[in-house]
Amino acid sequence: MKETATTRTWLTPVLGVLALGSLAVLAVLGLWVAPPDAVQGDAQRLMYVHVPTATLAYVAFGVTSLASALYLWRRTRAPRWDRLAASSAELGVVFTGLTLVLGMLWGRPVWGVYWTWDARLVSTAVLFFLYLGYLALRRVIVDPDARARRCAVAALVAFADIPIVHYSVEWWRSLHQDSTLLPGGRLDPEISGDMLVALLWGMVAFALTYAYLLVRRCRLAAMEEGLEQRVLDVAVAERRAEAAPVAAPVATPVPAPVTGGGRA
Amino acid sequence: MGRFQGGIPLQPLVAHLRSAVTVLGRYPALAGVDLDVAEGEVVLLTGPNGAGKTTLLRLLAGLAPLTGGHAEVLGHDLRQDRRAVRRHVAVLGHETFCYEDLTVRENLRFHARAAGGSVESADAAIERVGLIRSADTPHRLLSAGQRRRLALGVVATRPARLLLLDEPHAGLDAAGRVVLDDLIGAAGAEGVTVVMASHELERARPLATREVAMAGGYAASGVLDHEPRPARSRTTGALV
Amino acid sequence: MRRFAGSVLLVAGKDLRIEGRSRVTTNQVLPFAGLVLLLFAFALDPDRGLLPRVAPGLFWVAVLLAALLAVSRAFAVEAENGARDGLRLSVLDPAAVYLGKAAGVAAQLVALEAVLAAGLFVLYDVDAHQVWLLALSAGLATAGLAAAGSVYGALAAGLRVRETLLPLLLLPVVAPVMLGATRAWEAALNGVPSDAWPWVQVMAAFAVMYTALGVIAFGPLLEES
Repeated sequence: MKETATTRTWLTPVLGVLALGSLAVLAVLGLWVAPPDAVQGDAQRLMYVHVPTATLAYVAFGVTSLASALYLWRRTRAPRWDRLAASSAELGVVFTGLTLVLGMLWGRPVWGVYWTWDARLVSTAVLFFLYLGYLALRRVIVDPDARARRCAVAALVAFADIPIVHYSVEWWRSLHQDSTLLPGGRLDPEISGDMLVALLWGMVAFALTYAYLLVRRCRLAAMEEGLEQRVLDVAVAERRAEAAPVAAPVATPVPAPVTGGGRA
Repeated sequence: MGRFQGGIPLQPLVAHLRSAVTVLGRYPALAGVDLDVAEGEVVLLTGPNGAGKTTLLRLLAGLAPLTGGHAEVLGHDLRQDRRAVRRHVAVLGHETFCYEDLTVRENLRFHARAAGGSVESADAAIERVGLIRSADTPHRLLSAGQRRRLALGVVATRPARLLLLDEPHAGLDAAGRVVLDDLIGAAGAEGVTVVMASHELERARPLATREVAMAGGYAASGVLDHEPRPARSRTTGALV
Repeated sequence: MRRFAGSVLLVAGKDLRIEGRSRVTTNQVLPFAGLVLLLFAFALDPDRGLLPRVAPGLFWVAVLLAALLAVSRAFAVEAENGARDGLRLSVLDPAAVYLGKAAGVAAQLVALEAVLAAGLFVLYDVDAHQVWLLALSAGLATAGLAAAGSVYGALAAGLRVRETLLPLLLLPVVAPVMLGATRAWEAALNGVPSDAWPWVQVMAAFAVMYTALGVIAFGPLLEES
């Protein structure tokens, strides 16, 4: 069996270079090529990272749910789906956190406050806590099978909540529209031309970054599992060694009628 | 099922384990157990503490997971269908499976109905294990000995084909042991298979038709390559 | 089908009987929820007329905190004396066990809400309007809380840190229920029941969805050791 001491695969250098390059291009596009927004000024440039991180967060949680479903379904049950679900959820939480921070940084100059009870901010915050709980659950279950199964259920149950959270928060805020929103202070102002290019490029750049990190994280999870398996193999062997005295007809307080001898 | 290595036609196998591994958390409680149990046998598991006896019984009950190897119990593959096994076994473990705030009667009635039985079978079990006088005592007020009897009562409410007893004699007084031996004897008479783990060999040996020594999560002599001894007369050796 | 319903009742009846004996909900959870209502008055100056306006929200926060305790208790009971193994050895359908446990939690929550609502009307000087709407939305919210709570109770069951983990897992999930119940009660108390309908629908959808998820997912959750 081939020794793997690195999370590197044939794919990672390719994805890594592409991700890094596209992020650099995004910086140029977002900071210099795209014009400043007529209403929001330079603050609007945050959109080129904010919208992609938000989108990728949803993609990541979608991948987690799909992988969890594949794990729960008997015919496709395999540890790799559990690893994929866990890895993608971690990235999803990172992207959700980034989205929140970027949203707040954007809100300060545009809305005048870091936090406002905007529907999207609130539902993103709920999403953040939903999956923070999922990750917390992953950390406390020791047994790998039990962890995989329980967490697959948890991921699907959390995912099912997303639309309900989204619509209820949306209704809540539209029924009680606050005056804190400045004119034009929405996250989706009219965009066109260079702005659109920068935004779409941002999507591509972050998708590549997500893919790169996901591959590495999955590899790491696989290696951890391999290590655990080895530790387990050693433990099983040690456990077997305990059996040796029984195989030999020594005078023990339990003179059992040993017939089998050693391990057949 | 029903066939094994020696090719000698025998009673069908109730349990058939090969290299069975059970990992609890990260600890390999069972490290590759080979075990055959034929129908009607009373198998005694012996071995020091930590040998894996309790886990083996829990594996046979369909309660502990099968991590590696092969295991069939009552014709069901434990990897595929643990639930199907569970409904046909009765387990006497270290715990009563009962609720602290319910009385003996309420607990036994719940277990009887949950096992698909009737309320009457619970009342019969109360009588059988001699708990009539404390039938309306909540579990939390029971003495250790009464709890052991209650655990026996739970076993008695279950219509089982395989009886799994973990240190059945522990914590029972002389009268309780008579009840237990009686229960095992009755099971044997009905063709119910028994696997038990015990340290009290002088009590357990007379009941057993075969002994399997365990150590280090491994059963040294679990494979049947000869016909099991005919069941001993259980009534003579059993009673105090 | 009849046996399934019997199993549901068996489990729910068992849980309620345990509650009847141990009185944990009546003697601990209910006073706790009442205390929460009292503390809100400390936090929000009761003289400024703020309390009647925010009463629905405070009520449902109190119920939510109480529900956490009730769910926690419902699954702590199964950890006693290996009772969970007893359930796994039974012939009861896991879906029936789930529905039974959820029904037990729901029944306790309904009783708790009734007492707490009385306290709300007395303490916070709220006038009851549209009682049928209050009851309907409370019923739906309770169903949702019990359904989701029982799924997460099973998810956290048997873990070392379940007391701290359960709130983190459950609270974000039931956020829509909290929101819906509060708005529906506001609408009812303000005398504009039409405002409540979207929320009644949200809560109904939530309750149905989580009941279905629980019925499907409880088997795997009960299955593993």
